[in-house]
Amino acid sequence: MRFLAFIIVSLTGALLLYGTGEFPDWGDPKSPASLHVSDYYIEKTFEDTGVPNFVTAVVTDYRGFDTMFETAVIFTAGLGCFLLLRDFRGKKERFYRHTPTGVILHVKDDKKTLTVGNEFEYMDKEWVPPDLINKTVCRILIPFIQIYALYVVAHGDYSPGGGFQGGVIFGSSLILLAISYNLKTLVKRVKEKLLGIFAAVGVLIYAGIAAICMPMGGAFLDYGKLAPLVPGDPHHIRALGMLGVEIGVGIAVMAVMVIIYINIVSEGKHDEGL
Amino acid sequence: MSDLLTLIVAKYNYWLYVILMMIGLYGMIAKNNLIKKIVGMNIFQTAIILFYVSIGYKKDATIPILVSAHDAHGAAIRAADYINPLTSCLMLTAIVVSVATFGYAMALAVRIYQRYQTLEEDELRMRLSEE
Amino acid sequence: MHWPIDIIVLTLVIFCAIAALSVRDLLGTAILFGAYSFLMCLLWTIMGAVDVAFTEASVGAGVSTVFFVAAIFRTSRRTKD
Repeated sequence: MRFLAFIIVSLTGALLLYGTGEFPDWGDPKSPASLHVSDYYIEKTFEDTGVPNFVTAVVTDYRGFDTMFETAVIFTAGLGCFLLLRDFRGKKERFYRHTPTGVILHVKDDKKTLTVGNEFEYMDKEWVPPDLINKTVCRILIPFIQIYALYVVAHGDYSPGGGFQGGVIFGSSLILLAISYNLKTLVKRVKEKLLGIFAAVGVLIYAGIAAICMPMGGAFLDYGKLAPLVPGDPHHIRALGMLGVEIGVGIAVMAVMVIIYINIVSEGKHDEGL
Repeated sequence: MSDLLTLIVAKYNYWLYVILMMIGLYGMIAKNNLIKKIVGMNIFQTAIILFYVSIGYKKDATIPILVSAHDAHGAAIRAADYINPLTSCLMLTAIVVSVATFGYAMALAVRIYQRYQTLEEDELRMRLSEE
Repeated sequence: MHWPIDIIVLTLVIFCAIAALSVRDLLGTAILFGAYSFLMCLLWTIMGAVDVAFTEASVGAGVSTVFFVAAIFRTSRRTKD
């Protein structure tokens, strides 16, 4: 089996290497990929939209259809992980720890519960002593990471960044909360229903801004026609449309990253994890 | 000899990208563990993205953000000064799709392990044929 | 663009890819995979595609490694090949 795989891989590799003989030289400004449309994008972006970052302008304005369906793909991946792994059966047995003495209680019956407070605390299957340095440092860092994520989303028109990158950074700050404390802390703060609503609302914001352009007299995703709705300078309307769309992408991506992490690490039960 | 050398200098990147793609393809076909197959798939995807982005590079050009945003009306913007933004934007979508596929594939691997208690392909085949 | 940096980073990328597929411990694969993503991000910065590099840094070396380690935590860590 390995020998056969090696033969197949060598044949394909040899064919591709033979095909690279016809490529243009690397770094040639006259290569066919850099003519025709991309010259138009470089020269006319600032006049049309007012945004200096060419890549963000092309991604969210000139090729906005691709980004809308990419957001739908991310939403589908989150939905698929939820449907595949989520286990609603509930815990059959619980572990409690008596804090003054350190005695561990294993309650097997579903109906009897102990009130959790000063004396008893919930426990995962393996108890790890709370690590003060880890918890304090992460607790201080998380709001700054979130502000950085919001900066990346909002400043995507002028510097490298954009909606997707900011959404991933925001989602990973919430995952940091789950790793440094425990999973129950995250699930108590950011409930599952809220994450589901955020994921759907993100895609809805994108499609909604695109669809509102149609009654105003333009085609789908034509931000130039939204000018009567927004007070202010009508030259900036395309940049504002791009910002709104990026906020939608960021919200959807953040929710989906957290959903996928919670479902993988706890096998769908949402009780304990890394 | 010297034009072989110029050929190598002009095109060595493409050969290394093809080698990277073939490493990913070999990992997908020949490895037994399911998670290694997923890693091979991801190596293949990032190698293709690398190849695409390298097409858009121009010699002595700068990053695709407008340098002087305010007096661009006076001086004409020359397209040869900035690298091609089109390939970067298409590859952004590709990276997003690759991370979605990776997360979903990990969820599938966890589910398979819950059901069959193994992730090696030959053991899985044996247990499936026993049922 | 300086060609020695390009050659060195590309060679390291190929070594990381071969190593990630050959190591028997899946946690080692996760860490090598994260290193591979970081080196790819560096390559794209050298070529000038900064948006793609930013995305790969946040996704490949951040969230993707976390998903990998979470999946290994719930399945087995050793592998026979």
